[in-house]
Amino acid sequence: MDAVAHFFQSIPVDLLIIQTVNGVVTGMILALVASGLTLIFGIMDVVNFAHGELFMLGAYVGVLVLTATGSFWMALVLSALIVALLGAAMQILTLRPLLGRDPLNTILVTFGISLILQNYALWQFGPVARKIGEPITSHFNLFYLTYPWYRILIAVLSAAIIGGFWLFLKYGKYGVWIRATTQDRVMAQAMGIPVPMVHTAVFAIGAAMAAASGVLFAPLVGVNHTMGLDWVLKAFIVVVVGGMGNLGGSIAAAIFISLLEAYAAIWVDPSQAVIVSFVVLILTLLFRPTGLFVPTPK
Amino acid sequence: MTSAPLSKSMPLKTKLSHTAVFWIGFCVVMALLIVAPLVLPEYWRRFLTEILIWGLLAMSSDILIGYTGMVSFGHSAFFGLGMYGAAAALLIVSPPNLWLAILFGLGGAAGAALFVAYFSTRLRDIYFAITTLIFSQIFYVIIFTWTEVTGGENGLIFSRPHFTIPFLYDTRFSTATLHWFVLSVVAGSYVLLRRIMQSPFGMVLQSIRENEARTRAIGYPVERYKIVAVMLSGLFAGLAGVLYAVQNQFAAAEFVFFTTSGDTVIFNVMGGIGTLVGPIVGAGFFQLLRELLSRIFGDQFPYLIPLGVIFIVMIIFLPQGLLGFARRWLNR
Repeated sequence: MDAVAHFFQSIPVDLLIIQTVNGVVTGMILALVASGLTLIFGIMDVVNFAHGELFMLGAYVGVLVLTATGSFWMALVLSALIVALLGAAMQILTLRPLLGRDPLNTILVTFGISLILQNYALWQFGPVARKIGEPITSHFNLFYLTYPWYRILIAVLSAAIIGGFWLFLKYGKYGVWIRATTQDRVMAQAMGIPVPMVHTAVFAIGAAMAAASGVLFAPLVGVNHTMGLDWVLKAFIVVVVGGMGNLGGSIAAAIFISLLEAYAAIWVDPSQAVIVSFVVLILTLLFRPTGLFVPTPK
Repeated sequence: MTSAPLSKSMPLKTKLSHTAVFWIGFCVVMALLIVAPLVLPEYWRRFLTEILIWGLLAMSSDILIGYTGMVSFGHSAFFGLGMYGAAAALLIVSPPNLWLAILFGLGGAAGAALFVAYFSTRLRDIYFAITTLIFSQIFYVIIFTWTEVTGGENGLIFSRPHFTIPFLYDTRFSTATLHWFVLSVVAGSYVLLRRIMQSPFGMVLQSIRENEARTRAIGYPVERYKIVAVMLSGLFAGLAGVLYAVQNQFAAAEFVFFTTSGDTVIFNVMGGIGTLVGPIVGAGFFQLLRELLSRIFGDQFPYLIPLGVIFIVMIIFLPQGLLGFARRWLNR
């Protein structure tokens, strides 16, 4: 009994709470990235390898707009719009010709796009990370830390964007179009829904969500041309663990994995804490290959 | 003899001539590659050897992409484990022994391949591609952070082993003899893999590519075939890693990173999947274009932007790759 009591005393409760908050914050950003990815996959069987690059590019556009206008909120909106246009152009130029071909072609094409975007960012902005300030600088006290309100705001804003998008899907006219196209592409076309337009729009929305999360995340660690791969990898893990094409599962998995990584970071180096999410992935593949957060298939 | 009907002798004749033409072509290419180091300057000699090594890596992943229909984004893990396996043998055993390096490298790659194969073959298509990518990142994180053993960011440096035939022959590698050694390994791998892909085993892999459900229904244990295919592919990728380590005398974590896997996929798509020789052509095409671009525009030029555009255009308009037109002929 003594040993058990000692073990519970040795758990740093304050650290655990701090890391819980951190985990939820990164989890919400990750959920925003992953829900764009899973949406694009769900509706057109496209695995968007360039999703992390859209995140990175969104952050860079945010940095540029911020230095030009000085307004963070302007940067957030403009960056989402610009990257959405870029996403639409990408979809029309490269993915539309591939409609009806093996989905593996789409992963190859978007991989090519990610190469181009990443090297463009390196060429244009250089290898040094850009740092931008937080738009809200006030703090509150969390144990011995002064915790920035901005991080809480990130989580709330991400949740608001995802929630707004969910409402749009559920009740908006175009949201219904999107869901109809997801369920049955041919039938939707027969009912007069412009399916190619829906595909382009969905890709643009996914790109905008990635860009928005990029801008929101930029003040935390700075913007760098290689950040895309980290995020797309994490988002891939999230959508596999959450069940691909499943929006709710992705959000749950994003928070779950971010929390685990945050807790692991108490005891090991953050670069090794990544391995925790790999382990979650392996266990998921072993026991629930269709995803942790989906009903058991009959 | 003379009265043999024409219709019966015709198929025999065309079949013979196909085999003959194939091997004559093979010998001509081999002869050119054998002579190449004698006429090329030093820089291009090394360049050609490196293309052959990248070609072997790409060829190994063609077993999965082209023949089994599984796109692997994780070949850097096998390549890197081959590299670090060779490094281990060359650093631990003294004097460094070439054959031991190959043995260690193949062992390392086989271990990685078994691990990846066991988990990722449960999934198909896109899921397979994603999980191979994530698994290769696991190996990258381990190698990058385990500094005491792998050297971390700095990698490992070692000296090149001699070329030995035990008890008979022992000589230092020159760039030319190293080229011939690499060439013989790559050519041997090509002939072997071509034979394997024409065997009943290879036919089952191709039928998994064409229709997995039906292959399973006929009664083939599809999962077991896939595991063997991934392991076979991993072994040859590891062999490429060993050759690269021997040529450049270092092992570095950056080769385990995802970019190596990405390059491998690009070589395959550019050269033409499902041909085995296509990926080698793709590797050569890619490296030559890259060299050309950096000669014209300077070293700072982001050569991956135009190459990425070419890659995308080829997927849309030329999905069979450069050698795709000869695919049937090469596999007959």
